[in-house]
Amino acid sequence: MSTPLLSVKNLCVTFASRRGDFQAVRGVSFELGRERLGVVGESGSGKSMTGRAILGLVRPPGRVTADRMELEGQSILNLPERRMRKLRGSRISMVMQDPKFSLNPVMTVGDQIMESYRLHAGGGRAAARKKALEMLNAVRIRDPERVMDTYPHEVSGGMGQRIMIAMMLAPDPQILIADEPTSALDVSVRGEVLNIMDGLVRDRGMGLIFISHDLNLVARFCDRVLIMYAGRVVESLPARDLHNARHPYTQGLLRSQPRLDTPVERLPVLQREESWRSGELDPLPET
Amino acid sequence: MLNVSDLDVWFGDPPDRVDAVRGAAFSVAQGESFGLVGESGSGKSTILRAIAGLIDSWSGQIEVDGRQIEGARRDRGFYKTVQMVFQDPYASLHPRHSVDAVLSEALRLQGMGDIDRRITRLLEDVGLGKGFRFRYPHQLSGGQRQRVAIARALAAEPRLLLLDEPTSALDVSVQAEILNLLKELREEHGLTYVMVSHDLAVVGHICDRLAVMQQGEIVEIMSVDALRRGAGEQDYTRHLIAASQ
Repeated sequence: MSTPLLSVKNLCVTFASRRGDFQAVRGVSFELGRERLGVVGESGSGKSMTGRAILGLVRPPGRVTADRMELEGQSILNLPERRMRKLRGSRISMVMQDPKFSLNPVMTVGDQIMESYRLHAGGGRAAARKKALEMLNAVRIRDPERVMDTYPHEVSGGMGQRIMIAMMLAPDPQILIADEPTSALDVSVRGEVLNIMDGLVRDRGMGLIFISHDLNLVARFCDRVLIMYAGRVVESLPARDLHNARHPYTQGLLRSQPRLDTPVERLPVLQREESWRSGELDPLPET
Repeated sequence: MLNVSDLDVWFGDPPDRVDAVRGAAFSVAQGESFGLVGESGSGKSTILRAIAGLIDSWSGQIEVDGRQIEGARRDRGFYKTVQMVFQDPYASLHPRHSVDAVLSEALRLQGMGDIDRRITRLLEDVGLGKGFRFRYPHQLSGGQRQRVAIARALAAEPRLLLLDEPTSALDVSVQAEILNLLKELREEHGLTYVMVSHDLAVVGHICDRLAVMQQGEIVEIMSVDALRRGAGEQDYTRHLIAASQ
């Protein structure tokens, strides 16, 4: 395989606290190609922090260290903010969970998409407007001309999320980090948003890091899955094999979900083991 | 236990009036567990809030335990019968009230005596030990907070619990614990549940029957067995089931 889009080795995110250092991410390594990589874990497992660390969004007193963090062979670890801003958006982009909190409430949708495009690609308003309309079309928004002039509170949650994606895609990034992009959405809208991201990976050869707590969703949607627990990757496997996961944590998570097709009287409850925090499953096969 | 008929709920005045619920009708028997499912904006939570007395702009009939309810005024007897658990345990507990303060306030409001013993009992009921009594919400995990919220609802010794997405803010492993707890409590205390959820699998686990809502109307009332078979009569129901498999 040629150089991966993103290569991360031994990534740690540390916060100094009164009771000593707290490590939110402890030695995460992975490589991302032009694929859909799922990162799954519960709250506090470090999955979102991993995404933020890649984008250089961990604020002091948080510290990011790694043996390697490279974007197409070029190190992006702890770049000065000025250089990081050039990468952010144009080469790596992030879609957050809730469009309500991520869009600027006092700026029209069109202006926000145009701003994000002009910031990275330059060009005049006319070109930016054309691009913005094109992006809204790409995320299948009907009547984009009208939507351009609306404010975020005037659109639904699903539409807001699609607008976010349009905005992130305007500068044509190579990597999209999507942090729970569909958790705030209804099932039917969720399908649409996933289809859009799927198309982008296929058509533009983008790499997607899909952060989610929803195992079933990730199993269906992604190519490969990393399962995180207490800041570490405890298991990495092809998504289609998720239901044959070997780590007891992954198995426990899968079992604790109610299922329509297999009713049970009581749901099995996850019994957490101390060894999951440190023990290796066994050397992970390279995928 | 609960009879709802011709229920309309609206917000605002014409010309900006929004009809959130139109002509909803269902009844829930004593000891039954009934689910309300639908997408956001379908009106499922609105029905729950109208029953609980959190909305006054409604018309139709709501009958709880044989008694008609009007407007948003509820007497003390109502809250002895009906209690509600909200979606977000981070928002529904006062950040500066300890568990002890939350529960003793609820008990005192219901005119209960012997508060000390009852708090210990409530904490045991929801699977929290005595050690949690003097903690504050920020010292609790999401699942523990939801347990406190459930304990607060149980303080009145109600017979009908209104559950508004009680596990959707929780991780799946914690969700499993809370769902198990809700099942046990229903058996032990002979409770009746009305649960709102967007997650069909969760409703399938807890409920016996459910109503499917779309754009303010109940489009179908079905048994959980039918839900498991995917046997919705309406296209919309089948679409929802397919999307959540």
